[in-house]
Amino acid sequence: MQATKTKNSLPSVLKNLGPLVGLIVLVVFISILNPRFIQSQNILNLLRQVSINALIAFGMTFVILTGGIDLSVGATLALSSALSAGLMVSGVPAIVAILAGIALGALLGAVNGLLITVGKMAPFIATLATMTLFRGLTLVYTDGNPITGLGDSVLFQMMGRGYVFGFIPFPVFIVLITFVGLFVLLHKTPFGRKTYAIGGNEKASFISGIKVDRMKLIIYSLSGALSALAGIILSSRLNSAQPNAGNAFELDAIAAVVLGGTSLTGGKGKILGTLIGVLIIGVLNNGLNLLGVSSFYQQVVKGVVILIAVLLDRKN
Amino acid sequence: MKQLKKLASVFFLGFLFISLAACSLEGPGQGGTNSGSGSDSDSLTIGLSVSTLNNPFFVALRDGVIAEAEANGINVEIVDAQDDAAKQVNDVEDLLTAGVDILIINPTDSAAIATAVESANAQGVPVITLDRSSDGGDVVTFIASDNVAGGEQAAQFIIDQLGENATVVELQGIPGASATRERGQGFNNLAASLNIVASQSANFDRGEGLNVMENILQAQPDVAAVFAHNDEMALGALEAINASGRDIMVIGFDGNDDALASISNGGMAATVAQQPDVMGQLAVQTALQIHNGETPQAQISAPLRLVTE
Repeated sequence: MQATKTKNSLPSVLKNLGPLVGLIVLVVFISILNPRFIQSQNILNLLRQVSINALIAFGMTFVILTGGIDLSVGATLALSSALSAGLMVSGVPAIVAILAGIALGALLGAVNGLLITVGKMAPFIATLATMTLFRGLTLVYTDGNPITGLGDSVLFQMMGRGYVFGFIPFPVFIVLITFVGLFVLLHKTPFGRKTYAIGGNEKASFISGIKVDRMKLIIYSLSGALSALAGIILSSRLNSAQPNAGNAFELDAIAAVVLGGTSLTGGKGKILGTLIGVLIIGVLNNGLNLLGVSSFYQQVVKGVVILIAVLLDRKN
Repeated sequence: MKQLKKLASVFFLGFLFISLAACSLEGPGQGGTNSGSGSDSDSLTIGLSVSTLNNPFFVALRDGVIAEAEANGINVEIVDAQDDAAKQVNDVEDLLTAGVDILIINPTDSAAIATAVESANAQGVPVITLDRSSDGGDVVTFIASDNVAGGEQAAQFIIDQLGENATVVELQGIPGASATRERGQGFNNLAASLNIVASQSANFDRGEGLNVMENILQAQPDVAAVFAHNDEMALGALEAINASGRDIMVIGFDGNDDALASISNGGMAATVAQQPDVMGQLAVQTALQIHNGETPQAQISAPLRLVTE
């Protein structure tokens, strides 16, 4: 590794640009086949469509950077959005209900964190169990029915359906702010450096005085809170909280993180890559729909794209 | 460098404040006319959003739409929501972007589809709903089987075959889905004449039908008949019953190919057959009416028939 330091510069640039190049190729390709794709209205639609996966994938990036995984994000999204919808139906002001939902998401994430640190469980197993648990609790709480009649709070409607400056969808705005915040957190603060350190070598980080358990607890809580925020946007878009909302969302989030070049073994990756990964998945979903590709082939294409991305990553 | 950072954060905060002041629920191009639809009068394009193609019923529904559209020289763009309400809202947006003239939506959930119907309304694209309707927005026509009547037919069949007070198990569909509510309601309208010993959900799924029925067979020594809210669950239940070696009459709902084959082989006793292909045809015919400036009925009941052989 060290011997190739001088030769490393060009391939490493290519490697960092890989996902971006892939995204641009996709966009150009689809735009040629259907020019409607590149219309501003469609791009704004697309950005709004990806915002839910983006928020979840941002949290997932931190988790995966520590060498962990969070399979419970979809179920966390469902349970916390059900709670905030339930509060809104019972007349609690929207702002309180939304904050309560996000707080519950953080709490559920903290449960994951505690199971993994204090309980010494493997993240895959711990979050697999809580995924089922949270999904079950959602069904118990909602009795399997969607929660509707969420009132006419402008704030709540803004979350999924509003616009800033009359054209930027509000969810996109939330993603933008979150991205800037998390980018600074990951790349400009000690917190971020510790995140990378834990993923790179957990024992060494512990010995060098990093409070590994506390860091993990915070990171899983962050993942839970971001999932809950995504859930509130989703329930605003659907004007209801669905008991089976967020089903398999963890897979799209993990795919986005991997597409963005973050290593599943931890320690390597960038949140900007995740954003690009999210966009690649969104462009595929939206573009293949516009091209009228059968939904069966859409899944085949998505699978192949993820495989290619991972293979290219391996080669590098 | 530090000052630069400070400046950047000041700009960022300023941007935040200005943006928050500029929030609204009005989007670009909303309230206007359809921005980009290729509305030549001769070539009509229909968008079809299906809840899932992982179920033969909705595949038949889709095929009915395609066949009728081809017969009339209409283009169809099809998207599959894979039973995900969020994906369906995105799908409908994509169809609107693709410039369809009329939307046929088979919603995954009647509450969640409302915002999608509203965006179609905002662009002036008429909406027809199939099998399930929308809780909000303007739907021109809702086409569905009369599920309540179908549930009653199933209960009546059991009473005719086994007499009153037969012990019956009810396998319910996805809790809260309108088909579950209505079929259950129809069935329970005649429940006074039956002895329902268990009512459990198997989510319209064959595998779950098998598991739930196995559990019920363990718990209930005496079961004479099973009514499942769809054929998939009925076929799953039939597997469980065959494995247990007991003799229990199975009645399904929908009339999909597997169930019809099972009935003719002496497996299931009956199914309340919906005709999804007919529903698809009706939807396309309704779309044609709208296209020709006629006003179709607000609700159309697709025919049902009890198949016993």
